[in-house]
Amino acid sequence: MKDIYRGTLVRLCDESPEIMAKAFAKWDRDTEQHRLADSDPAMLLSEKKIKEIVEKRAENKQSAPFSIRTLAEDKLIGGVGLWVHSWSHSDAWLGISIGDREYWGKGYGTDAMRLMVQYGFIELNLRRISLGLHAYNERARKSYEKIGFKMEGRTRGDGLRDGVRFDSLWMGILREEWLAAQELA
Amino acid sequence: MLDIQTQLFEATDIRFGPIDHETHPEIESKWTHDAEFMRLLDLKPVRPLSPAMIKKQYEAIEKEIEEDKNLFYFTIRAREDDHLIGKAMVEWIDWTNGNGFIRLGIGAAEDRRKGYGSQALHMLLRYAFGELNLYRVTAVVPAYNEGALRLFQKFGFVEEVRRRQALNRDGQFWDLISFGLLNTEWQDQARA
Repeated sequence: MKDIYRGTLVRLCDESPEIMAKAFAKWDRDTEQHRLADSDPAMLLSEKKIKEIVEKRAENKQSAPFSIRTLAEDKLIGGVGLWVHSWSHSDAWLGISIGDREYWGKGYGTDAMRLMVQYGFIELNLRRISLGLHAYNERARKSYEKIGFKMEGRTRGDGLRDGVRFDSLWMGILREEWLAAQELA
Repeated sequence: MLDIQTQLFEATDIRFGPIDHETHPEIESKWTHDAEFMRLLDLKPVRPLSPAMIKKQYEAIEKEIEEDKNLFYFTIRAREDDHLIGKAMVEWIDWTNGNGFIRLGIGAAEDRRKGYGSQALHMLLRYAFGELNLYRVTAVVPAYNEGALRLFQKFGFVEEVRRRQALNRDGQFWDLISFGLLNTEWQDQARA
């Protein structure tokens, strides 16, 4: 059987909450990073509070969070996770952040997302995976399209930053679309 | 135009009211025994709920209203005899970005197709835009809920997102449609 946690650039891991909290506390200082990945207001939280959030998420039966480490240097560079919002409809939200900006635009995020989509379809046996992104996040859109996500819509002006309204984009991939792409590969 | 004389909670045949912990649990429990209704309103697996469970839900709703401050919940009553017709709410409000989700349902079959839904939606939008000052609202509707699709289209909602085959009911797959309406669009309609 293949190693489903290992990609070409990264592997999916789990970290002790202390390590993850320390990493998130550092990455959260980079507000560009936050504003690419999140629609909540940028905010600085204590390591103690972040640790509690990480621990809570780990206990949540609907969520499958992973840390991302590079294969080359075993460096912790970000986090990625699925949140199964409905087991009965078998659909999950997928989210990622590459906290360390040295690793942006070099294929690390795409590699981690490919692993997570595979995990969703072959381990969680999902029927569908969904994600949302800010319309200004071109790099993310290209990455998600590469993986096989299709555009499903645009909510008009649901974000506001620096006094500027922007849209959110919504994408999805169906199990059979993913399977068909695997056979071609 | 500032128009404080308008009664926000009164319409022609219906009015908005608060939860009544004494009489409503019995009625709403009956609605939850109507699986067809519950599948129109909710995406979660449906199950009948006893009046005791409904009471607990009401307490959870009021706790959320008080603590999170991002839920505004109304019961829909008949003006004629004050009986409970349904519920309407603005939920998951994101204050930073000025958006929220709206949801409404008419519980008993005999109260449907009488225009109560339209009157309730009108009041709910006036409240979301005129009182809560939201920039936009979103309504999420399963593709099989034709009544809701017609209602939101009638009010000028724009289909923005169609999440393909996001729902599985009775072995059949359905899209989940997300409609959006902007405050400015609502204002333009009101002026027209």
